[in-house]
Amino acid sequence: MKFTIIAETNGDILHPTTYQLIGSLSSIGAESTVICPNGKGSLEASKIKGVEKIISVKGDCFDLFDGSAWASAINPFCEGTILISASPNGREIGSIIAAKRNIPIVQDIIEISKGIVVTRPIYSGKATETLEINGESVITLRPNAFESAEVGSEAPISIVDQTSDLRLSIIEAINKASERLDVTEADIIISGGRGMGSIDNFSHLELIADSVGAAVGASRAVVDEWGMPHRMQVGQTGKTVSPSLYIAVGISGAIQHLAGMRSSKYIVAINKDPDAPIFTIADYGIVATWEEALPILQSELMKL
Amino acid sequence: MNIAVLLKQVPDTTAKITVSDGKVDVEKVSKWSMSPYDEYALESGLQMKEATGGIVVAIACGPDRNKKMLTDSAAVGADTLIHIPLDGISDSVQIQNILAAVIKMNDIEVVLCGKQSADTNSGSTGPGIAEILNAACVTMVSEVSFVENKFISVRPSIAGSEKVSTNGISVFTFDKGISELRRPNVRGIMMAKKKVIETIKLEDLGIVESDSGRIILHSQNPPTEKEPGQIFEGVSEIPTIIAKLRNEANVI
Repeated sequence: MKFTIIAETNGDILHPTTYQLIGSLSSIGAESTVICPNGKGSLEASKIKGVEKIISVKGDCFDLFDGSAWASAINPFCEGTILISASPNGREIGSIIAAKRNIPIVQDIIEISKGIVVTRPIYSGKATETLEINGESVITLRPNAFESAEVGSEAPISIVDQTSDLRLSIIEAINKASERLDVTEADIIISGGRGMGSIDNFSHLELIADSVGAAVGASRAVVDEWGMPHRMQVGQTGKTVSPSLYIAVGISGAIQHLAGMRSSKYIVAINKDPDAPIFTIADYGIVATWEEALPILQSELMKL
Repeated sequence: MNIAVLLKQVPDTTAKITVSDGKVDVEKVSKWSMSPYDEYALESGLQMKEATGGIVVAIACGPDRNKKMLTDSAAVGADTLIHIPLDGISDSVQIQNILAAVIKMNDIEVVLCGKQSADTNSGSTGPGIAEILNAACVTMVSEVSFVENKFISVRPSIAGSEKVSTNGISVFTFDKGISELRRPNVRGIMMAKKKVIETIKLEDLGIVESDSGRIILHSQNPPTEKEPGQIFEGVSEIPTIIAKLRNEANVI
């Protein structure tokens, strides 16, 4: 079985998920062809272990994101099982390639083994399912669920020109007000809930977030009731996250919130209610108010 | 303008998911609801209808209980209700072909749906249908309007967000939108009860239901239980916790 990986980039460099896509195949022992849209990150990708060859696909259509055009340009170079990140763009490109090839797609997997057998969360993390895939397919991988491949190899790069007509145009770019790290990109997330008392108190979370390079998240309650931006919302109708460390402050842990963050590697919960459901999935629980806990948390983190 | 809104009925986000014998027991789901992101697609469709004088065609696949969801969509303003009885097909490309065939039958100019459903959480349907229809596709939008023969939508970008323009038949998948969702009034509910739900069978579409065997379900399971954590009264253990996260877990 051949494997094709579609690289994801962050500007001109590879996004960490690309290393994870390649790393996911180490247990299968398969080598892969890596496609770099518009050639971005191709030199970097050629040095990753487990890569057989790089196809750098260059075309005007990659100037802006149009999933249909990208899929059309990339598709001719795909073979076998096609892996791509379960990021919003990856899901869109993957879905369109699957429809083009009339092959199944399985999204957001967290495990893969020979067979091909994959496991993925369903019902927003309230259950998982294990599936066997026969024949060609597209598989999208949840970011941060797989170990990264290592560097230390040299694969050949072939450059091809292939473009497709854009179906959309950007008529206005709107910058966001804050430059804060996005919860889906962060390795550490500190989230606040209704227990924070008011939106103003989120400044305490931001201060701690800045000291450790964390993103600030929020529960649905404070997004809906206090008007926090929806992009901060963690949970079933917000973002699904799996950071290394998730700190929940004043979040009781509704089933929908737990669904969005339960796959975090380590969970610390601070809540004054000892019966709060968040404590059932926390590695470390601190029964205290945020007013008591945050100053100590901050001073301890500053010492590091 | 004919506006298609694709609706999926899923276990309510508050519902518990029970697994028995390696399979999610759907009989035990206490409440079925319209998938949350589809609600924003429907709201946007209703606004577009008000602005352009079109009609909203609500389309749902699945078992009979979906009819209630379709009636609910009529109570807030959906004009045509189409139900495709299906049970058990999980191959998303097959579903896309079925939905695309229904869309083609109804002279649709724009297709609106959620960015993903709350059961499979996949997000394959919208982009896949766009490919089958040879339509433009914009995912994760928060709003869409029809201005001077163009669809103008807003989607997230690395810098924040961007306004995107598309021509011709277009598919939009919705994230949580900016609009408040409308609630049905009594008159709407009464009118909706009289609304006929059109049933389209697979044979009407010339599609043969088949188990492709391409995907075999091995098992469904509850999420992996974590080892119980340590709970501390008060804040005295915070320094120890931070030290462990730093030195043992290596996450800070």
